[in-house]
Amino acid sequence: MTMIKARIDNIEVEVEEGTTILEAAEQVQVKIPTLCKHPDLCATAACGICVVKVAGRPNLIRACCTPLDNGMEITTRDPELVEVRRNVIELILSKHPNECLTCIRNGNCELQKLSADFGIRCEEYESIVPDLPKDDSTKSIVLDPRKCINCGRCVEVCQNQQAVWALSFLNRGISTQIAAAGGIPLAESPCIKCGQCSAHCPTGAITEYDDTLAVWSAINDEKKHCVVQIAPAVRVAIGEAFGLKPGELTTGKLYAALRRIGFDAVFDTNFSADLTIMEEASEFVERFVNKTAPLPLITSCCPAWVDFMEKYHYDMIPYFSSCKSPQGMLGALAKTYYADKKGIKPEDMVVVSIMPCTAKKYEISRSKDMYSSGVQDVDYSLTTREVARMLKQSGIDFLALAEEEADSLLGEYTGAGTIFGYTGGVMEAALRTAYYFVTGEDPKDLDFVQTRGLEGIKEAEIDIKGTKIRIAVAHGTGNVETVVNRIRHAIETGEELPYHFVEVMACPGGCIGGGGQPTGVTDKVRLERTAGLEKDDHAHQIRCSHENKEVQKLYEDFLGKPLSEKSHELLHTHYVPRPCYKR
Amino acid sequence: MAEEKSGNKYIDESVNVVKKWKNKRGSLIMALHEIQGVFGYIPWESARTVAEQMNIPLARIYEVLTFYNYFKLEAPGKVIISVCDGTACHIKGSMNVLDAFKQELGVEENETTPDRLFHLQVVRCLGCCGLSPVAVVNGKTYSSVTAGDVKNIVAEWRAKEAETA
Amino acid sequence: MVDETKLTPEMQEKLAKVAAAQRENLEKMAKEQKELAEKYDVHIFCCNSTSCRSAGGESVLEALESAVKSNELEEKVRVVKTGCMGLCSLGPLVQIEIKGREPVMYKKVTPLLARLIVLEYVAKAIETPKEQPLEISEFLSEHILPLDIPFFTKQEKVVLSNMCKSNPESLAEYVAHGGYQALKKVLDTMKPEEVIEEIKKSGLRGRGGAGFPTGLKWEFASKVTDTEKFFICNADEGDPGAYMDSCTLEGDPHAVLEGMLIGAYAMGATTGWFYIRAEYPLAVERMENAIRQAKKFGLLGNNILGSGFNFMVELRLGAGAFVCGEETALMASLEGKRGSPRPRPPYPVKSGLFGKSSCINNVETLANIPKIIAKGADWFASMGTDKSKGTKVFALTGRVQNGGLVEVPMGTTIREIVEEIGGGVADGKKLKAVQTGGPSGGLIPEDQIDLQVCYDRLKAVGSIMGSGGMIVMDEDDSIVDIATFYLGFTVDESCGKCAPCRIGGYQMLQLLKKVADRKGTKEDVEKIKQIAHAMQKASLCGLGMTAPNPVLSSLKFFPEEYEERLIKTGSDAE
Repeated sequence: MTMIKARIDNIEVEVEEGTTILEAAEQVQVKIPTLCKHPDLCATAACGICVVKVAGRPNLIRACCTPLDNGMEITTRDPELVEVRRNVIELILSKHPNECLTCIRNGNCELQKLSADFGIRCEEYESIVPDLPKDDSTKSIVLDPRKCINCGRCVEVCQNQQAVWALSFLNRGISTQIAAAGGIPLAESPCIKCGQCSAHCPTGAITEYDDTLAVWSAINDEKKHCVVQIAPAVRVAIGEAFGLKPGELTTGKLYAALRRIGFDAVFDTNFSADLTIMEEASEFVERFVNKTAPLPLITSCCPAWVDFMEKYHYDMIPYFSSCKSPQGMLGALAKTYYADKKGIKPEDMVVVSIMPCTAKKYEISRSKDMYSSGVQDVDYSLTTREVARMLKQSGIDFLALAEEEADSLLGEYTGAGTIFGYTGGVMEAALRTAYYFVTGEDPKDLDFVQTRGLEGIKEAEIDIKGTKIRIAVAHGTGNVETVVNRIRHAIETGEELPYHFVEVMACPGGCIGGGGQPTGVTDKVRLERTAGLEKDDHAHQIRCSHENKEVQKLYEDFLGKPLSEKSHELLHTHYVPRPCYKR
Repeated sequence: MAEEKSGNKYIDESVNVVKKWKNKRGSLIMALHEIQGVFGYIPWESARTVAEQMNIPLARIYEVLTFYNYFKLEAPGKVIISVCDGTACHIKGSMNVLDAFKQELGVEENETTPDRLFHLQVVRCLGCCGLSPVAVVNGKTYSSVTAGDVKNIVAEWRAKEAETA
Repeated sequence: MVDETKLTPEMQEKLAKVAAAQRENLEKMAKEQKELAEKYDVHIFCCNSTSCRSAGGESVLEALESAVKSNELEEKVRVVKTGCMGLCSLGPLVQIEIKGREPVMYKKVTPLLARLIVLEYVAKAIETPKEQPLEISEFLSEHILPLDIPFFTKQEKVVLSNMCKSNPESLAEYVAHGGYQALKKVLDTMKPEEVIEEIKKSGLRGRGGAGFPTGLKWEFASKVTDTEKFFICNADEGDPGAYMDSCTLEGDPHAVLEGMLIGAYAMGATTGWFYIRAEYPLAVERMENAIRQAKKFGLLGNNILGSGFNFMVELRLGAGAFVCGEETALMASLEGKRGSPRPRPPYPVKSGLFGKSSCINNVETLANIPKIIAKGADWFASMGTDKSKGTKVFALTGRVQNGGLVEVPMGTTIREIVEEIGGGVADGKKLKAVQTGGPSGGLIPEDQIDLQVCYDRLKAVGSIMGSGGMIVMDEDDSIVDIATFYLGFTVDESCGKCAPCRIGGYQMLQLLKKVADRKGTKEDVEKIKQIAHAMQKASLCGLGMTAPNPVLSSLKFFPEEYEERLIKTGSDAE
């Protein structure tokens, strides 16, 4: 490794070759301001705020995309640099609506923050905000091109990180805007609603579709029995909205808070994650041992991935697990099993879910299988960000709350359920139970570490008492194609299958890095949130789904056994090709 | 694979055009030029066909189509009037010529008359600055044009089109 | 790549035979062409550049040809369509050369006039003994353009030298005029480093505007090892009001191709790319034709002239984006993307088109190469100034008497170009300013036009050399309007990627329009300057950095034209 030595603001710095000036500056406690550079993404060099001076060069240099060179003498601040940066910010502000008070990103907008940091007190230039309509056609994410500063992050995310190619630039010069191909509605584009664009947007130009008002009125409707479920990844991220560090576990507080704001029962999606494992591991064993259906088995709990598959990889439908996602399973059970026990009619119930995800909003009505209780199983799907706003609005001192427990029937969870929230977690949880199903005993080591980490594609061979199972874990849809193509190739040529079991999550890092999570995610944050869930897993006495008492009771009282007729009716789904244009 | 015709001319013609280019590097813009040469613009079906045939995301194709001035996404009129607004033409009054065309045709630049006969556009330098100001109508160059010439130019083409109609 | 060690002696022999035959063919072609030209007593050269064609040159050519035929003069008279003759504003131009007589040029030729020229002048001249002067009707003589005016005598033609006497569609004519001799010399006698050394020694700098030393660029590129290397010709002449490159491509396409071949050999390129502005159909057609001919005669392809050097060429069109003149934007466009510039490093010589080592040169730069190789670096370096060698082609337009394409040694003053070559301002008006460098350049006021044209001096006064646009403005032209025009152009052409250029340019234009409309204040002018500073400093590419130049230079040299339009406020108000 070659090291580069240089000076930044007269401080000696030594970094690996290829490190940018921006990154190198952080090592000497200098934060060069930028609006377009995101640590996840390649520099787009769009905003022009990170300019610095390099001795001997006549022009200002962009710190975000210029690698440090030996002997460089860099100045990151002087009156001229401040002046230029301020002026560029003023220019950007002139093409951005002055609507901070009513903006969904009020308080955590990067442009707002920069404008505050630079002490901008007036509108230097006449406002030239174009009159462009919002696009909320997906009902999952909302595009407001008026607020777009053309930083290019969303396009970079959508095209390169996620390989979805829903978003693109249209037109040029002052008319440049983000939109789907040719400006068609996003819902008609390849968009899979993963929401990574919204998680990376520095302003309020791309946000989640806000369902909070509808949920408030459901809660306030006395005729409705309102229940809520919390997805695994939410508990290690929502604290960030209240000043906690990423990864801090807030499960108990969240239960308490949700009760306080008026939910009649608080369930946990971790419970249905355990249930998913029961069904999916059974499905895997069926396919692997009894060969009732072809392998590999591909996980289906990520709705963005399901959407992506139905649009672009529908030849994989036979390999898809028919299991609904934990959200879907819990919704179906709440309006049948729970409703029965409580003597409530499903149509008098409202099921709300809290998800780290924008695509979950799409999932709740994606096919008629999502109405298995006779009515829509899950009524509203909120993102972590929306719930954080609801809690703040309700005036509850979230951090001071005493911890509570979830309601019974659909509330208990094991360590296996909670790790659904990160990449590899579904695979790991499934392996724990599949091992048990195949051998009748639990594996000695429950930690299948081969599935962990942020590597885009993780491949491993798992030994189940002499039986080798080849697995692959992919996260970030940009990584999926490689895995799918390997499978496709083997199927076409009749060669040996590369994998028996494949887990896919659309968002990098899995749900902890979901498109509905608090903004500002980086690999560092992803690892911290992951560590939070790992801690939760290890803190549980029971770490295997098949040992979940409430799940066992559910089978005894209601479903019979995994893959039973009842299970199929309520917990499983179908897939159809939904071809979309070339991406 | 046997060639299947879709029966849609925008698709079939585009398949035909793309054949020549799809195995050549860096040829998206060339294929688009050729399709515009056929239809006068790039219809949505053609763009989709190019995407599929050349294995390029449709979003990329529209990024390109909307970036370059040359490409039209809607069918222009039969007679395309290009007023040059290069520097030499500008200095010698090309904007007066443009205004005269606007008035005569009742359209703004980059618009087509309601009868789909005339399309008015501004171009940047056609390489005959010595003859400025210049206007080109369906390939015919008018040099040293003045606002006063505009009525006759339009009449000339109206008559020509009436003849062929 | 073919592993040459694996070739059998028979195969090698076969290849050598093919190469020898190719050389022979070329030589034969040159010889035959020369003999053919000798055969005729009269040569009628008819300009067939875009400009003259637009003025009716095509029908003039037809009229000349049919008049020659109908008067049964085909044995003695040869009609040649040529590239640009220079004085475009007086086109279509026709030049007649008769053995033993002084050449004559006719301006503003119409088909009728063309027939009369053949009948009244050519036919008569053939019949009349050489010593005897010819009587020419008034009708004809009114159209004679004297060839001893400074427009012709003050120029020094290097790039344009071949253009007005030869058919650009004929490879035979090109080789008959010594074409591809430089390539032969390079392939037969020079190592790539020697070629680079020669170009470095010549002092040639990029004619696209920035003026980077060409030899140095080639040297950087030659040192990069890559599986594939590209040589790109930037023919996306974007400066509105400049057409040197289109004329060069139209008028002497083989010279540009030969220049590229030499450069490609020097840097070790495997494929060449011509990126030509779509608005130049004739240039495209002529270059396509030249490529076809070169392929046919073994000047492109494998084992060129038996040298072992392999090189292929692709031609691509632009689609209307000025910013694609910027190297990285041009490459993005070739790759089928939006023409947005990207940050450098990596530099194109390291990672360019399709991620491969690429060298980009402008048309005029390449057209100079064969001449430098043929005549030597010293000859080239003897022209021009200290740091700017050789000649420069300008498109002289605007309020000038004789507008057209002119080529002068570097160091010629603007005054010489405008007042002598251009014949001064038209209609007896007074000169106000000259703009060079197009939308990236600046205004040079009348009292400073004794400035010598060269990269550094133009930069010192706030303009740039640019690609060669030179617009003359007279006393009636409004400086504020012209600045608004240029800024409007760059705002239209901004790719929209970076905020300083995208928004800065637009906001600046709004303020400038406000001032132009007499609604602006002193504060608005201050804001214009403030935005200009941000754009110059924080834009990603040259387009944004230089976009304020026309405005700033006009503010510097003609502040009164702005002040006169301002609304008086505060203490200024009476």
